[in-house]
Amino acid sequence: MARTLMSGNEALARGAWEAGAVVGVGYPGTPSTEVLENLVNYDGVRCEWAPNEKVAAEVAGGVSLGGARTVVTMKHVGLNVAADALYSQSYTGVTGGLVYVVADDPGMHSSQNEQDTRNHGVGARIPVLEPSDSQEALEFIRSAFDLSERFDVPVIVRMTTRVSHGKGLVETGERHEVPVKPYQRDVPKNVMMPGNARLRLRHVNAREGDLAAYGAVAPENRAEYRDNALGVITSGIAYQYVREALPDASILKLGLTVPLPDALILEFSSKVERVVVVEEMDPYLSLRVRALGVQIDDVDLPRSGELSPRIIAAAFGQEPLATRAPVEGLPPRPPLLCPGCPHRGLFYSLGKVRAVVTGDIGCYTLGSLPPLKGMDSCVCMGASVGMAHGVALAGSTERPVVAVIGDSTFAHSGITGLLHMAYAGSHGTVVILDNRTTAMTGHQGNPVNGVFINGEAAPEVDLEALSYALGVASVRTVDPHQLDATLAVLREETVAEHLSVVISKAPCALLVKEAKDPFAVDEELCTKCGACIRLGCPAISRDETGRAVIDTATCVGCGQCVQVCRFDAIVGVGPSCDLGGGR
Amino acid sequence: MSITTVVLAGVGGQGTILAGDVLAKVAVAEGHDVKLSEVHGMAQRGGSVETFVRFGERVFSPVVDPGVADHLIAFEETEAARTLTYLRPGGTLVVNRRTMASLPVLIGDLPAPTGLEEALFAEGAIFLDAEALACEAGSPRSANIVLMGAASYGLPFAVESWERVISGRVPLKTVDGNLRAFHLGRNACAEGACAL
Ligand SMILES: Cc1ncc(C[n+]2csc(CCOP(=O)(O)OP(=O)(O)O)c2C)c(N)n1
Repeated sequence: MARTLMSGNEALARGAWEAGAVVGVGYPGTPSTEVLENLVNYDGVRCEWAPNEKVAAEVAGGVSLGGARTVVTMKHVGLNVAADALYSQSYTGVTGGLVYVVADDPGMHSSQNEQDTRNHGVGARIPVLEPSDSQEALEFIRSAFDLSERFDVPVIVRMTTRVSHGKGLVETGERHEVPVKPYQRDVPKNVMMPGNARLRLRHVNAREGDLAAYGAVAPENRAEYRDNALGVITSGIAYQYVREALPDASILKLGLTVPLPDALILEFSSKVERVVVVEEMDPYLSLRVRALGVQIDDVDLPRSGELSPRIIAAAFGQEPLATRAPVEGLPPRPPLLCPGCPHRGLFYSLGKVRAVVTGDIGCYTLGSLPPLKGMDSCVCMGASVGMAHGVALAGSTERPVVAVIGDSTFAHSGITGLLHMAYAGSHGTVVILDNRTTAMTGHQGNPVNGVFINGEAAPEVDLEALSYALGVASVRTVDPHQLDATLAVLREETVAEHLSVVISKAPCALLVKEAKDPFAVDEELCTKCGACIRLGCPAISRDETGRAVIDTATCVGCGQCVQVCRFDAIVGVGPSCDLGGGR
Repeated sequence: MSITTVVLAGVGGQGTILAGDVLAKVAVAEGHDVKLSEVHGMAQRGGSVETFVRFGERVFSPVVDPGVADHLIAFEETEAARTLTYLRPGGTLVVNRRTMASLPVLIGDLPAPTGLEEALFAEGAIFLDAEALACEAGSPRSANIVLMGAASYGLPFAVESWERVISGRVPLKTVDGNLRAFHLGRNACAEGACAL
């Protein structure tokens, strides 16, 4: 059978489809997003982006209650949002198979924290499967559905960035149609109030033992005996690194890591002379193995971030590879707002208001970097709104307090915060950065932009009407590319003695299809004042003399710089002739 | 157990992801086990990006450590310098002769790096101007495929495999342009024209 190159996320989508899932639901979040984006292309599965992970988990819970198989996807921090659903779904169990795909991001490539999802498996007392490559992603999610129904439990498939976004060869199978179970009302199982929940907790307790016993025979757990001088206990991507770094070592490869198979661990440990645990992120395996009384030999591995074959090799005393000398003094290259990004215009204008700005998560978080420095805080999705209110309550500053939040983030968890501000009589200002999409994670549809996951049109929430309905006194919509008009509105609303919402509305630059002509700097007129540089646009830099230059291949003609130049030195030049070159 | 490791380095938006996908698929077509690793998300907004492609009889790690890569294909000179440590001594270094200033440089917080070409040349770099060749191919956005053409010269794969994968991977309208881009990149190396 021919094998196909697939990312872990593509393989999960394939596996969920093969397992007969009829619904996929989730909220985007790197590195999990591509699971649903691929699943939507399969026949027989309905996919939906929910406004947040909790709603997604509840939709999935309903699908399961309705007797059908479903997968719900999110990144690690998303499970915090969905945890309320999950921890009680653990009690109700499932009717149709219910599988959570949760992707962790060791090293924080695209995340605000590092979080090990195995802890949520322990907390919710549900199984966690950890694939180590794309083939296992497909196989494990299929097993997850079977385990879910067999043990009456939601199951987590825990991914990490390298497994989700790494590609490898996968042998695919066929779809296995699972008949939807007829709906049956079962109050003791599904209505979690104390009397019922206490009974269901007995099920949870018993199930934990059953699952632990299953772990000893689960195909996802296996001992590979090679040289018995060294035995490594490992899971997930770390397994691949160990195979490369320590080809002769015996390995206990754990795929079902919650609950852990104690008997297997003890058996393996007794057959090797030296036991070492190699795992990324939290010391989850090692704590448990130690608790079993196994003598672990500690090697020097990092407590956070990603592992790699050479990090492991070094920890086992192998000589470092010969390398070239690094080139010193290179400027870093952080990600930045794209040329023509509407967020830039908003932050440029907002900077002039001298407000305390509580921020939120999305592309616009990049507006916190110099030169815009447009944000004082960024914690978790939706936090900007509640925190703006809280900063005002602290009473330590006379400056206006402004929350900035993207459209998808507002739908995710900003609405309740705004409701609270209205209820609590806040006079703050909330700026909704409505760039018509969920840009950071790759332009997903959301309830604000009216695009469904399959590309079809969906109802679009009316942000103005919604804000008024929540109790906001003044709602203004601005075009952030119009800097003066935007500033005027921000000035008025931040000093006004009422709660206000400013909707900064212009599409993401990457969604703008019609190309505008680029601008260029008139060398005679440029006074080297640097005003345009303070926009932080990647198309604008200074030449050796300090004069501004615009890279016509990068410029998309948004015109923000034209407005900040007081010397009319930025002028239209007609279509770029330097196609794609741009030096 | 011999594995070949290729690192593609560039700036988010330069097309490294598509290039890496093409390379990995060619390796699959030629019967190898293959692993690819790249990071999506934040870095794609104009940050430094790197893609690892590894092939051989059996590949475990998708991740590449310093000193491991046999080939480094850099889409931009600063990124070539930044990722140089991946390349093992004796590995091949192909560099697109292009520099893109990062934000701290654009806004004058940090000086632009100097002497990069000399430093890279001293490390054995072969240079080419992928954007110019892409324009010559009539497909200005195919600089990434030009660079795959250049890389192909040092990789053990049949030209037909490259052509087949590229034709299946790029938008239909751009197939001819991309194939021309591939051959211009490959010929540049074959003729030594991409040397300094
Ligand atoms: C709880 C949680 N879920 C998902 C994410 C991943 N995430 C970060 S930003 C973002 C989307 C932001 O979209 P939007 O608010 O519209 O801003 P834009 O990127 O378009 O500027 C998502 C889904 C996260 N950080 N936290």
